[in-house]
Amino acid sequence: MKKDRISLAHGGGGSLTKRLIKEAFLPPFRNPILEVLDDSAVFKIEKGRMAFSTDSYVVNPIFFPGGDIGRLAICGTVNDLAMSGARPLYLSASLIIEEGFLLKDLKRIIASMKEASKEAGIEIVAGDTKVVNKGGADRLFITTTGIGIIGEGIDISGVNARVGDVVIVNGYLGDHGVAIISERERLDFRTKLISDCAPLNHLVADMLKASGKIHVLRDPTRGGLVTVLNEVAQSSGVGIEIFEDKIPIREEVKGACEMLGYDPLYVANEGKLIVLIVPQDADKVLKVMHKNKYGRNAKIIGRVVKKPEETVLLRTQIGGSRILDMLVGEQLPRIC
Amino acid sequence: MRFVDEFRDPKLARKLLDGIKGLTPDREVNLMEVCGTHTVAIFKHGIKELLPQGVNLLSGPGCPVCVTPMETIDRAIALAGLPGIIFTTFGDMIKVPGSSSSLEEAKAQGKDVRIVYSSLDALRIAKENPKKKTIFFGIGFETTSPSIACTLSRAKKEGIKNFFLLSAHKLIPPAMKAILEAKEVNLAGFISPGHVSTIIGSRPYEFISKEFGTPCVISGFEPLDVLQSIYMLLLQIRERKPKVEIQYRRCVKPEGNIKAQKELDKVFEISDSSWRGLGTIPNSGLRLRKEFSSFNAEKAFDVQIESSPEPKGCLCGEILRGVRIPVECSLFVKECTPEHPIGPCMVSSEGTCATYYKYHRRKDYEKR
Amino acid sequence: MCLGIPAKVTSIDEGMAEVDVGGVRRKISIQLLKYVRIGEYVLLHAGFAIQRIDEKEAQETLKLLEEINEVR
Repeated sequence: MKKDRISLAHGGGGSLTKRLIKEAFLPPFRNPILEVLDDSAVFKIEKGRMAFSTDSYVVNPIFFPGGDIGRLAICGTVNDLAMSGARPLYLSASLIIEEGFLLKDLKRIIASMKEASKEAGIEIVAGDTKVVNKGGADRLFITTTGIGIIGEGIDISGVNARVGDVVIVNGYLGDHGVAIISERERLDFRTKLISDCAPLNHLVADMLKASGKIHVLRDPTRGGLVTVLNEVAQSSGVGIEIFEDKIPIREEVKGACEMLGYDPLYVANEGKLIVLIVPQDADKVLKVMHKNKYGRNAKIIGRVVKKPEETVLLRTQIGGSRILDMLVGEQLPRIC
Repeated sequence: MRFVDEFRDPKLARKLLDGIKGLTPDREVNLMEVCGTHTVAIFKHGIKELLPQGVNLLSGPGCPVCVTPMETIDRAIALAGLPGIIFTTFGDMIKVPGSSSSLEEAKAQGKDVRIVYSSLDALRIAKENPKKKTIFFGIGFETTSPSIACTLSRAKKEGIKNFFLLSAHKLIPPAMKAILEAKEVNLAGFISPGHVSTIIGSRPYEFISKEFGTPCVISGFEPLDVLQSIYMLLLQIRERKPKVEIQYRRCVKPEGNIKAQKELDKVFEISDSSWRGLGTIPNSGLRLRKEFSSFNAEKAFDVQIESSPEPKGCLCGEILRGVRIPVECSLFVKECTPEHPIGPCMVSSEGTCATYYKYHRRKDYEKR
Repeated sequence: MCLGIPAKVTSIDEGMAEVDVGGVRRKISIQLLKYVRIGEYVLLHAGFAIQRIDEKEAQETLKLLEEINEVR
C-alpha cells in the first residue's frame, strides 16, 4: 500500500495508528482534554440539565458543493443539540475508513471538521478510527456524538406546540438535497446551488436570548420540512397549517424539483431550522434572526391550529389545500 | 413569460371558480381527468375542494404505474435478475408491486437496477458497459414513446448491440374509447391529456364528441389551465354542443408534433395491449417494428413468466375505471397501505387509494 | 402520466440543446422538433424537447381569462 492511502495497518492499533492520530488528528483538534489521549475524555460539568445526541454520516458524495462529510458530521450533531435549546460543548468523532482511502482526502475532511468546530465553538474531545477491508464500507463513515448544556428555564421539545403558535423557518429550503442529488444521481444537472450545511447553535442562542417562549425547535434534515412538521403535529396532538406562497424556495430548487418530479417540501436541509413560538414574540425573534447570517431570510410560514389533529395542511397559492403526509420512502426521479 | 407562475394567479383562479359556479348544472357532473399528471396537479394545488358541489373529478387510466399489467412487472423483475444485466427504468416503476416482488426489492437483493431520467441515459449506460447488456423498461404514453423511438433509432444507427427495450407503451385515445364503450360510469366530459396531445394533436379525439357526444377539452397542467378546462367543459355541457377543444393552446396544435409522430412510426407499430383493470384493448399499444426486433428484450431473453392473477380481493381494476371506491375494497387500510401496497392505486402518493388513505385516517377532517 | 416543464433554450449543438429551468441547466435532445431557436421555451419531458411553447398563444389564453366574467 502506498503512503498516500489509508491501509488496514492505520486502524490496527499499532505504530501506524499512533502516527495517524498524532499527525493527522491531534494537531488540528488539539485541546487540553483531547491531548491527554487517555481512554476517555475527562472534564468538569456544569450544574443543570444536559443534552446528549449522536448521529452517523454516510453521505454520498463525500465532497459536495458547499461542504463535505466532515462539515456535515460536525454541524449535524451541533444542530441536534441546539434544537433542544442546548449550548453544545464537546463532541466525539468516530471514523470508519475504507482501505485505500486517499490520505489527502482524509486530511481535507479533518480540516473541514476543524473549521466547522471552530465556527460552532465546540471541542472534539474523543475520537476513534477504524479501517475496514476494501468494499467493507463506502469510503468513509463518520459518527459524531455530542453533549451540551441547557440553560435554566429553557423547555424546548416537539411535544410543546400550542394552538396559536406561529411557524418560522430561517431561510430557503431544499438547497442541500438538490445540491447532493445533482452530484450523486448522474442526472447531469448544472447548478450553482450549494448545500446550506451550517452550525446553527449561535443563531439558536440569539433566539433564546430574545424570547423565553420558544416552544419547539427542529432541523428539517432528511425528509425535509414536511417530515419534521408531521413529527411535531403528532407529538403535540395539534394541526399545523403552512402557506405555499410564504415558503422560501429558490428558483433553482424549484426548477430541479420540477424536472425530477420532486416536492421541495420533502427535500433535505442541513442548515435550516423551524421554530414554533407564541405569536407575541415572533417579531422579536425574527429581528434577531435577521441579524444572524444563518437567519437572514427567516420568515413566518404557518401556524399551529386545533384541527385537523396530527396533520400538516398546505394552503395552496390558489386557495386550495392539501394534506402533507410523511413520505413512505425517499423521492425518486419520475416522468409522470 | 416563464409559463408557470402566470398560470397560478390566485385572482384569475377565483374568477374562473366564479365562472364555474355560474355554469354548474343542478344534476351531478362527472368529469374524468384521463392523465395521471392532471391527477397530480389537481391534488397538488388543492383544486378538488375549490369546485362547487356537483362537479366531480374522476381519475382516468393515464398512469403507467396503475395500468401496466402485473405480468409485465413480473417480466421486468425476471429480466433484472438475469446475469450480466443492467436494468434501467424511470423512477416511477421502481415500487410497483408484481405478483411477489418489485424492482425495488430486486435492487435490494443486489440486482443492478438503475433509475434514469431519460432513455438516452440508458443508452449511454449501455455504451459505457460494453460487456454487459442494458435493458430499458419503457413505459408511458404518446408523450414518452417518441423519445424512446428516437433513442432506438440512434442505437441502431450507431450499431449498438447490447441495448434492449422492454416495451410497455400504450396509447390514450383507445383507452378513452374503451371507457366510453363500457358505459360503467356516467361521464359528462373528458379533461384530455395536454402532453400526449402535444404529440398527437386534437384530431384523434374527434370520435369522442362525434360518436359518443361527450365533450372533450385538451388541458394544460397549471391550476388555471385545469380550471379553465373545467369551465370550457361546463360551457359545452350547457350549450349541448359537444366538441373537442384545446385549452392548452400554447403547447398543442391540432395536427400535433408531426416530426415526433414520424419518429414514432419509424420504430413502433400499433398492436393490441393489455391494461391492468381494463383488460385487452384493441390497437392500444405499441410494439417494435421488424427492423427493430433485435432490440426487443422479450425476444432476446428467454424468461418464463407464470400468468399471475390480480391479488385476491384487490379492487384496483374497478377503482381505475371509476366504478368502485377504495373504501369498498376489503384490503383497503387492513392489508393494503402505502407502506405495503398490494394494488397499484396505493403505490404513488396521488393514486386513488393512497389519497383516500390520507383522508381516511383523519376522521375529523372535513372532506367533501 | 407525463410531466412536461417549460425550459428555455440557451444553446444548440447538433440535435442537442442546453436548457435552463430556473437556473438549473441540462443538455436535452431536440431531435423531436423540426426547429427551435435560442431563447425560445420548449416543453421538456424525459430528456427530450417535445414541443415549442407559443408565447403569443399563452398571452391570449391569459387575456381570455381576464375577460371571462365580462363575456358572460
